[in-house]
Amino acid sequence: MAFLRAIFSHPSGRIGGTIVLVYLVIALLGVFGVTPHNPLQQFRIDRLHGPSMKYLMGTDLFGRDVASRLMTAIGQSFLVAFASVAIASIFGTILGLTAAWFGRLWDGLVMRIMDVLLAFPAILLALLIIAIAGPGSFTSIAAIAIVYTPIFTRVVRGPALSIKGREFVDAARTFGSSRRYILTRHLLLNLVAPLTVQVTLALAWSLLTEAGLSFLGLGTQPPAASLGLMLADSRNMMETAPWLLIFPAVAIMISILGFNLLGDALRDIFDPKTRSRPA
Amino acid sequence: MISPLLSVSNLHVGFGRDLVKTEIVKGVSFDLSAGETLAIVGESGSGKSVTALSINRLVDFGGGRITAGSIMLSRADGTTVDIATAKEPVLEKIRGGEIGMIFQEPMTSLNPVLSIGRQIAESFRLHRGLTGRQAEAAAKDALDRVRIPDAARRLKYTPNQLSGGMLQRVMIASALACNPRLLIADEPTTALDVTVQAQIMALLAELKRETGMGMIFITHDIGLVAGSADKVMVMQAGEAVEQGPLDDILDRPQHAYTKHLLSAVPHFQSGRAARADFARQQKQMAALKVEGLTVRFPVSGSIFSRSPGSVHAVENIGFDLMPGETLAIVGESGSGKSTTARAILGLVKPIRGDFSTPGTNAATRTDPGVQMVFQNPYASLNPRLRIDSILAEPVIAAGEPVTAKTRERMAMLLKRVGLPEDSLERYPHQFSGGQRQRLCIARALMLNPKILVLDEAVSALDVSVQARVLELLIDLQKEYGLAYLFVSHDMAVVERIAHRIAVVYAGQIVEIGDAASVLSNPQHSYTKRLISAVPTIDRRQQHFEIDTRQIPSLVRPAGYEPPQADWRGFGGDHRARVEA
Repeated sequence: MAFLRAIFSHPSGRIGGTIVLVYLVIALLGVFGVTPHNPLQQFRIDRLHGPSMKYLMGTDLFGRDVASRLMTAIGQSFLVAFASVAIASIFGTILGLTAAWFGRLWDGLVMRIMDVLLAFPAILLALLIIAIAGPGSFTSIAAIAIVYTPIFTRVVRGPALSIKGREFVDAARTFGSSRRYILTRHLLLNLVAPLTVQVTLALAWSLLTEAGLSFLGLGTQPPAASLGLMLADSRNMMETAPWLLIFPAVAIMISILGFNLLGDALRDIFDPKTRSRPA
Repeated sequence: MISPLLSVSNLHVGFGRDLVKTEIVKGVSFDLSAGETLAIVGESGSGKSVTALSINRLVDFGGGRITAGSIMLSRADGTTVDIATAKEPVLEKIRGGEIGMIFQEPMTSLNPVLSIGRQIAESFRLHRGLTGRQAEAAAKDALDRVRIPDAARRLKYTPNQLSGGMLQRVMIASALACNPRLLIADEPTTALDVTVQAQIMALLAELKRETGMGMIFITHDIGLVAGSADKVMVMQAGEAVEQGPLDDILDRPQHAYTKHLLSAVPHFQSGRAARADFARQQKQMAALKVEGLTVRFPVSGSIFSRSPGSVHAVENIGFDLMPGETLAIVGESGSGKSTTARAILGLVKPIRGDFSTPGTNAATRTDPGVQMVFQNPYASLNPRLRIDSILAEPVIAAGEPVTAKTRERMAMLLKRVGLPEDSLERYPHQFSGGQRQRLCIARALMLNPKILVLDEAVSALDVSVQARVLELLIDLQKEYGLAYLFVSHDMAVVERIAHRIAVVYAGQIVEIGDAASVLSNPQHSYTKRLISAVPTIDRRQQHFEIDTRQIPSLVRPAGYEPPQADWRGFGGDHRARVEA
């Protein structure tokens, strides 16, 4: 509770937190199909209908309700983003922790592989993986997870190395504490703060990557809705039906903004130096 | 009477948004004449550093504001300026030019990527407008003045190539570059070894005589200023509780806090304060017996060159420790005393040597009967664990279940070390340094150990807290029959707690024996040097020679074995290594 209060008393945390909460509700509604209309149903009479009371955000070329499609698209995009970030953070944390703890050859091996992965631009590497494995939701989850694993590995390894040298870890060794106990209670517990910040920011990036992949036709496959896919479909009708482009684009923009603001707020909250600074 | 160089009256300094509520300095006044040394003594949080930083207004950069009072400085041209209200351009001229300052940590006060020559030359460039060759020559003179041997070559060194004592001299050299009329020294020797500390103190005293500048010396160690100060000001909680000439303060303290500082703080008394409450019995089993302990760290070479050998950190150390006895291992940084302690706990691997305790588990090389208390109470407790989890860790590590009985023991130990009962539900950051060290002691006692290894366990604490923790340790020793291995560099503290003392120099024991005997009648030249360097109130009239000897390098080529040492006895179990 104190943590939530800290977020909402931080100016950008208040905005970011609210945006993320609203999106989460929309995403949940979208995933469970609680939408104004069936997102796949085609109202042939109302094709390319502008925003109105019946169709809040208008309809597309096939007469499907854009608002409903947008909600399922947000649900779909969030599903991919959360799943891939969960995988990336778990693998990245394990790799980073073990690299820091065991050092030597394992450290060198893990970190050089991560360096190679980091050398590719995110979208290019994801494209490469999908080109090999074939498009689809699951491959895009896997691709995005692989792309963001090195970032978590780095974020964990640095602080883990410095915590490893602290006296409380030495003290634990003198008691004969098990390796698992030291790694979880002493190292991991002290890494919660940087990891939380990183997870929030990675969510924003992976949303963007997912949208990019779907835009290129490599992520979510039609007729299912996805933010990137909706953009791609509306591209050709930009002048006749601008609402088809505007609503998904704004949805992407605001969600990224929300996660970034929340990430910045979390960073401030966890950082003792910025916390004590007089405002 | 000449007019004072510096006259501070009714100084108030506040911090943060509410300047009155967070007032750190509450009405301090003092005068300082040229050629005089004022020592400001107090514990951490007493406002002594803030007072000093106000004098050159560096306090502004730390978020502080002078809320009332005046700081009158008579400048070199005869005018007087009130620093409390002066504008920044004037202050920039005064800082460095008229008021020099040296800080506690020479390592962090110098830029690590610039050569020390350039850094000293910079103050000549800024304040005297010298350029190129001239500035360089002036820098060399400055280094000569602080007695750095081979100054011309050392100008090109970067800070990492010099020892802490050398760096502090470099700091002094650059602070004195423009012949300031006032030098502020903020705990300049706290981070240094005792023998180096003695050298720096002697140097400062000599420089003061040569230049006739005034000096403000901030310290928590009243013994340290005994030899050099003319006046003393004792500060507590932002107020100057007592000030006056040195001898008055030391011999006839008036205020209760000054008396407390003088009595509670351990002062070195050449073995007269050594403990005499333990006598070895024949036929007793040693709690810990160490034989031929040797630790070497390989020096890694680069891809192209072979490793130049290894650092012989600990070389053939042996001693025994009886139940209920304290053996102090004393030495300076780099002498291998901490490595010895860490090797006994299994934190570093010895390449040779035996140590046996009755309960050593051969598989894990750890013995629940040997526990350690570390130097830094702020780093030795995991900040994210609650105290009950912290105290439970040794129990979990020993493979025992955490039961109601464990919690009972936690509560009992917390009470025993003098902490409130509700401590179990709190986090480490809610405790002060002294309380944290008590927590560490309680944690070490959870498994009912026989031996406690105390690695500089009181060094990071304030002096009066130090005295109380030492008392607690002595009480616990009597109550539980604990054997202590007390690693320290502080002779005054060692004198209070040790029954026996082992002096370690360059990885080897050079002298070992009964505490009173070693301290009152040191035999090895290094022990003598160490003891003569300890600042004491008794010996305040003595003067020290400047001694620039350094600890020899411990890097030896592969395969090198040191020669066997010869020992000479001096009555009882007091032995010293025969010097070549």
